[in-house]
Amino acid sequence: METRFHSVRLDKERCRGCSNCLMHCPTEAIRVRGGRAHIIDELCIDCGACIRVCSYHAKVAMTDHLEDIQAFPYRIALPAPSFYAQFSHQAHSIGQIMDALKQIGFHEVFEVARGADIVTRAIRELLKDHTLPRPLISSACPTVTRIIQVRFPGLIEHLVPLRQPMEVAAGIARRAFCEKYHVQPEEIGIFFITPCAAKMTAIRSPLGQRKSHVDGAISITEAYGAVMPLLNDLRHSKTPSTATPLGVGWGSAGGEAAATRHENTLAVDGIENVIRVLEEVELGKLSDLDFLETAACVGGCVGGPLVYDNNFVARNTLKSITRAMPQQDPQETVDLGCFNQSSLLMEQPIMPNDTQLKLSEDMEEALDKMKLMDEILERLPGYDCGSCGSPSCRTFAEDIVRGYCVEMDCIFLLKDRLKLMAQQMVDLSQTQRELMGKEAANAKTARETGAENAE
Amino acid sequence: MSAPALQKTYQVQHRDFGTAGEASADIKRMLRQLGVQSDILRRVSVAAYEAELNLVIHSLGGQLSLEVDTHHIQLSTSDTGPGIADLEAAMRAGFSTADDEARGMGFGAGMGLPNMKRNADAFDIQSTLGQGTQIAMTFNLS
Repeated sequence: METRFHSVRLDKERCRGCSNCLMHCPTEAIRVRGGRAHIIDELCIDCGACIRVCSYHAKVAMTDHLEDIQAFPYRIALPAPSFYAQFSHQAHSIGQIMDALKQIGFHEVFEVARGADIVTRAIRELLKDHTLPRPLISSACPTVTRIIQVRFPGLIEHLVPLRQPMEVAAGIARRAFCEKYHVQPEEIGIFFITPCAAKMTAIRSPLGQRKSHVDGAISITEAYGAVMPLLNDLRHSKTPSTATPLGVGWGSAGGEAAATRHENTLAVDGIENVIRVLEEVELGKLSDLDFLETAACVGGCVGGPLVYDNNFVARNTLKSITRAMPQQDPQETVDLGCFNQSSLLMEQPIMPNDTQLKLSEDMEEALDKMKLMDEILERLPGYDCGSCGSPSCRTFAEDIVRGYCVEMDCIFLLKDRLKLMAQQMVDLSQTQRELMGKEAANAKTARETGAENAE
Repeated sequence: MSAPALQKTYQVQHRDFGTAGEASADIKRMLRQLGVQSDILRRVSVAAYEAELNLVIHSLGGQLSLEVDTHHIQLSTSDTGPGIADLEAAMRAGFSTADDEARGMGFGAGMGLPNMKRNADAFDIQSTLGQGTQIAMTFNLS
């Protein structure tokens, strides 16, 4: 299988081989071997949970940097709605932020929130189609789409078959810039201001399309540092936002579902919660539901691993921004007739990626391995301590049958074995002494007999 | 010669909603690792879940068993009572004897048995009032 690009990486120098990331990975994609962490590519969904918990900052997100944008003669910034929510301590408008982005090297700014408005309109249309499976599951969060590929391939058909707002925005932005300034599409560099590593991955290894319209991604934290000092001087900005409050609202949990203006929706945030709800969908328990919004990060995109502000504060900031905006609806601002379907629909299907979970391609072999795994699991202590380098006793047993480690990598089994060996050595040494004692007794008897004879 | 089947048995307690669903979740995880096709996996998961919840809600306790070989997956349940009075009615969609407590938790839509039957390739149920109920389901692996 082709190894995918991952933006979540390990800084080998910094990794101490502890078990923090190991225990927090929702897909059990990390192992500690040889004193440092390893990420199993096929299982990693780029959620960034390890980035959040690593005390040594050894888990990093590969993103582009502001100096990288200079590689393109013309540059467009695509701020995520969650970027607007980072400046809680400064009164600010979206226009100010857009102006500031133009001062740090971008020629144009196109709001991803506008892309979200367009996708919102398209989702509303899809919801009218009752031949589509229920619930329709949002495909905006690439981490959720990845986990569906890996763990819930049966739910792929439930995914909204639309491109992400970021992609829709990038497509329109490039076309508009080319027409306006008469430049070649390849002269333009489009950079997403991203709250997460997963979007970076989605740019390099796109979902549902051959090639991304986006050229790179800059973390919100980096863009924040450059934009923040400029905002005060731009406080009189008259630049209007091109988005509606509903499009901007996509930046926090519940925003996408609310934007559909559909009654029968559910919004779930946090990857563990998302997994639990997807299990329910798989059991058919939520088939009465029309739309399921899913965000891997707690709080939605404002809770991304690459954001600056606290996600609860940011949620509130986003709310006050949307309250101050003209209360328009995408129904008024987006004319779907302007888009040909192909520019909004995914151009290729999302494929399952569940092979890594199988113990073997051959069922008989898999059954044997499963039985062996159960036997090994019986012998393990069940502490799920992570000392062996696998996240739980069960995954450790699995890693053994897959041939990646041996039972004695478990320090508790090793301790028992050492105890046994130590006892055997004691026994052995005692056997020796007894022999000597017997010999000594014999010798004593011999001596006494000899003495008697001498008398 | 094909390998002997993999067997697992789970004890399911009456009214134990705290652990309800754990056996079927474990079954699903194992079948996924065995490489069972996703559409079959989904059918078995639904049937296992319904069977487990039926044991929790309706039975006095019992067990859920799984048997897998290279050709079939078998799910069976056996409980210690109370048995089903009208089996024909129980097999009808929408019929349920679930009490208010179970209904309050979102169960009792009367889809359990019909759902099992619909998802399995072969379905058999035997019940004796006052003694207990046995269900056997087979799923073919193509």
